[in-house]
Order: sequence, then C-alpha cells, then structure tokens
Amino acid sequence: MTREAVVEPVLPEGWELVVGCEVHCELATATKLFCGCRNGFGDEPNRNTCPVCLGLPGSLPVLNEAAVAFAMQLGRALGSTVRGSVFARKNYFYPDMPKDYQITQYDQPTNVDGFLELPTGARVTIERAHIEEDTGKSTHVGGSGRIHDASYSLVDYNRAGVPLVEIVSAPDIHTIDDAKAYVAELRAILVTIGVSDAKMEEGSMRVDANVSVRPAGSDELRTRCEVKNINSIRSLGRAIEYEARRHIDLYNSGQAPRQETRHWDEANGRSTSGRSKEDSEDYRYFEEPDLLPLDATADEIAAIDDAMPPLPAGRRRLLTDAGVDAASAVILVDRGHDHFAAETIRVGGEAALVARHLVHNLPDGPGEVDPAALAALVEMESTGALSSTQAKTVLAELAASGGEPSAVAAAHGFEAMDTGELEGILDDLIAAHPDEWTRFVEGDRKVQGFFVGQIMAATKGQADGKVVNQLMQARLAG
Amino acid sequence: MIGILPAMSSPISRDDVAHVARLARLELSSDELDRFTDQLGAILEHAADVEALDVTDIEPMHHPVPMSNVMRPDVVVPSLDRDEVLAQAPAAEAGQFRVPPVLGEA
Ligand SMILES: [Zn+2]
Repeated sequence: MTREAVVEPVLPEGWELVVGCEVHCELATATKLFCGCRNGFGDEPNRNTCPVCLGLPGSLPVLNEAAVAFAMQLGRALGSTVRGSVFARKNYFYPDMPKDYQITQYDQPTNVDGFLELPTGARVTIERAHIEEDTGKSTHVGGSGRIHDASYSLVDYNRAGVPLVEIVSAPDIHTIDDAKAYVAELRAILVTIGVSDAKMEEGSMRVDANVSVRPAGSDELRTRCEVKNINSIRSLGRAIEYEARRHIDLYNSGQAPRQETRHWDEANGRSTSGRSKEDSEDYRYFEEPDLLPLDATADEIAAIDDAMPPLPAGRRRLLTDAGVDAASAVILVDRGHDHFAAETIRVGGEAALVARHLVHNLPDGPGEVDPAALAALVEMESTGALSSTQAKTVLAELAASGGEPSAVAAAHGFEAMDTGELEGILDDLIAAHPDEWTRFVEGDRKVQGFFVGQIMAATKGQADGKVVNQLMQARLAG
Repeated sequence: MIGILPAMSSPISRDDVAHVARLARLELSSDELDRFTDQLGAILEHAADVEALDVTDIEPMHHPVPMSNVMRPDVVVPSLDRDEVLAQAPAAEAGQFRVPPVLGEA
C-alpha cells in the first residue's frame, strides 16, 4: 500500500467534493475487548469464542487494559484530547452480532478534537476516535454469491468482540488525492506506534467514505452517502470519484441523492444502494450498565506522550529540514528508510544525492551499506571521482556485500578519468565530427548529448558526464 | 431516546410504542399496544417526578458503583470447544453457524 503518484481525476467544473472518512482499525492486542479469547486473524472459524463474545445469557464483559492503552496512544498520536469516557450499547439485530447490541462509545468517547497533517500540508480535523467491539464475519453461500440470491449465510464469531478504534474525520477533505493521503497517513501512524497492523487487505483497517458534493465556493453540506466495502487506497479513490459523479449527475438532472449506505463494487467500478441510514435514535443508545466509566489521568497522558515514537509528519520534517525534497521525504518515511537517510546526511552525505540513491537505487533498504559508506560514496560522486553510473554500480555491490566505497570502486577499475585524457578524446572526436562540433559551437545544445555519448563509449562509461559537459562548455568560453 | 414526548395526557404515544416494539422485533396486538402505552406512560410520568428536584450541583452518575477503570490484563484464556458451541446452534456447517440469508450490509 504505497502512495502512488496519480493524476487527480477532475470533477466537472463548478462542483466541490466534500469527504469525511470513518476508519475502523483493529487493535493489535492478544485478546478481545471484553473477554480473554484470542484476537487472531486467519484462525479456523469459531475457534476463539466464549460466553461473552457469543452473547450468552449471564456473561459479563471485562475491559482489556491493553486495548484502552492502545486507543489512548492513538488518540495522542492524532493530537486528540484524551479524556474520561463511558461505554454505550448500540442496539440492532444482525446475525454477526450475537448480543443484539454492539458495545461502543457514544456521547463520551475516549479521544476528541484531533487532527492529521497530510504530506501536502492539508490538515484534517479528527472529530473523535472511540473504542468499540468488532462484529463477527458472515459469508453468503448459495445463489450467485450475491447477498440477494444467497440461500443462507455462515457466521464466524472469531472477530466478534475484537477491539476497534473508529476514527471519524470532519468533512474536511476536498480532493481524491487528499482522501487517499489521509488514509495512507493514518496507516503510517498506526504502524509507527504499533497499535494496529492496519492491513486493508485483511480487514484490520476498513475505510468508509462519507461523500457529498456542493457548488464550488459554497460552504453548505449536502446529502451525503456512506460508501462501504472499500478495501484498498486505490479503490477509495475510485469509489469517491464514482459517488461524486453520481451525485453531480443527479443534481444536474433535477434530482437529489438520498442519504443511504452504499456498497462499493470494485470489480464493476460502481456502488450499489444498501439500506437507508437508520436514524441514530433508532439504535436506542444507552450507557452500558455492565461496564464502569474510564478515567484518563494527566499522569497517564503525560506518560503516553513521553513514550511516543517520532511520528511520520515529524520524521518528514526532519528530512526536509536537512535538505531532502518533500516528495523523497514522503517515500523515505513510508519505507522506514528515513532514519538511515538522516544519519547519512548527518555524517556528511549531500542530502539530494543521499535521497536520490535511497529512493531510486535502494528501494528495499540499505542492506549492508552503512551511513558512513553511503556518505563516502556520495562524496566521491559529487567530487567527480565516480560518475553517477559508476556510483550506482558500486552502491549495488556495497548493499549486497558491504565494504568501503573506494576499495569497491578500485576493484571495478573505476579510477577517476584524468582530465587530460578526456581532453585528448574530445580533440579526436571534434576532428572526426567537425559538422556536429560547429553546430554545438553555434548553439545547438542537442548535439552536446552526442559528444557525451561518444566519450562514454570511448571510455567504456568511466568518464563522468558532468566533467565532460564542463570540458565542452570550457571550450565554448575559450 | 424515545423522541419528543406528546403534550399532557399520555407522555408516550401509541405510535412510539409500536415503533420501539418494531425495533425490538416484538409483535404486539392492538390490545397490547394500548395496555403498554398506558403502562409505559405511567413509568415515564414517575421518572418525570425527578425533574421537580433541584440537581444543579449534583454530578451525573454513570453507574451505581462509584468505581472506574476496572480492567483485566491482556492475557489469552482458553476459548470454548467449538463442537460444543456449534451443538447449541439450530444449524451449523463447516465450523460456522448457519443462518437464514441476511439482507443489508455485512
Ligand atoms: Zn470470547
């Protein structure tokens, strides 16, 4: 799930996109939220159940302290106010929820008023991040496999009661790229602080997008639809675009969307209507009588802040402050190679070259190269002792088996070409190609590449292209 | 949670009771609807008596037990035997509960 550089699909002129995201992430605890059953993905169906998570009469929930700690850490990582909270029952009937209610937090969630800073600089308000339990998993069997044709369903309660945090953003997102960046950033934070493995493909991170559109320049909030069943960042972008265009088409034909839940169908690239959204009143929320309130003391919050690892936004800023371009900083932090980059720059590596090598030539990480060796290699390259092609060759070998850049370069016979030797080769070339040289002198810069190429061929790639260019420019000046 | 109470006479309408019954998957006869509307109305009237008290300086109480942060360590304990669990279900298949086809969202 890497960030992709894509061309932003443009909505028809005159319309602005309004998106808020609800992201559910499963917490990486050993046990479920209210019982000691294992919290494990991919276990055999219904191996991890007990009277509590099966909703058997007489069973009582007991809160998992690790889930609460993780939720509070996440809250602080999102800049939230972490506060005392109360659990509530959300009542509805569905076979994947055996108690016929879900224990969640309603009007007093653990985390409120946070924000997320995107690599683009956009800031998304996070209204709340509350703790709740996951439901079981139902599989529709028979018919064509589609829900409406299913002859029956099978239910696995391993996931029932797994701890979740639901992160609710404000409708602050106005481009598809920002929506994707928001989810990518959230995922990076979850992984950095280690509270969730945040795998969309395994369902441990699930994104619902509340989508509406409005006339550009207006600040109204129109009817929104909640699009579910989005299982990758790419499909998030497609689903939002589809939904926004659907709304615009409805408005343009004098109709309006109705508030509903819709299911994204990735294979067919469209969303289909689900149920109309029930009024929250119909869930008949009330405080969960089987659980006591949670407090969050100032000491606990301070301890969480003290233990907080550096977060992606701060790590990117560290690199850009050291001279790395913003796009490379995003990639390096996403790959977790930012610490290595910062260290290499700290011991003297030129930021731009360090970033370029790490981004393009070491996508899988530095391997056996240490920061000092990469800094030394970059130094040889920037002084012209190695051409960029040679530096790449040396780097590949360093990554595979370590060593000193100068020794590896020498072993390859990569001695810096004597400038005098290059001058001689250039003289020969000018004699052999007088017409091309005249064109170069008269200002046709395209033939410059021809000469550089010829010199590279003559030296079997050992010449430094930069030095050759300098020599040619010097002849013009002289 | 029941919405705006109708004025005077009955604090809850017959429609409210029918609505709540439907949400709770209860099928009530016309007689039962009348009876429960009266009974629930009486309960709500009794609860409304509390409104006569001055509670300005009284902290809302979330729970009759004055405790908070009651938690357990994150340690796995054995789950139930699956065969035993599935034996309680009306139908099972492939280690899972078999239920009528479900509509709506999964
Ligand atoms: Zn359990």
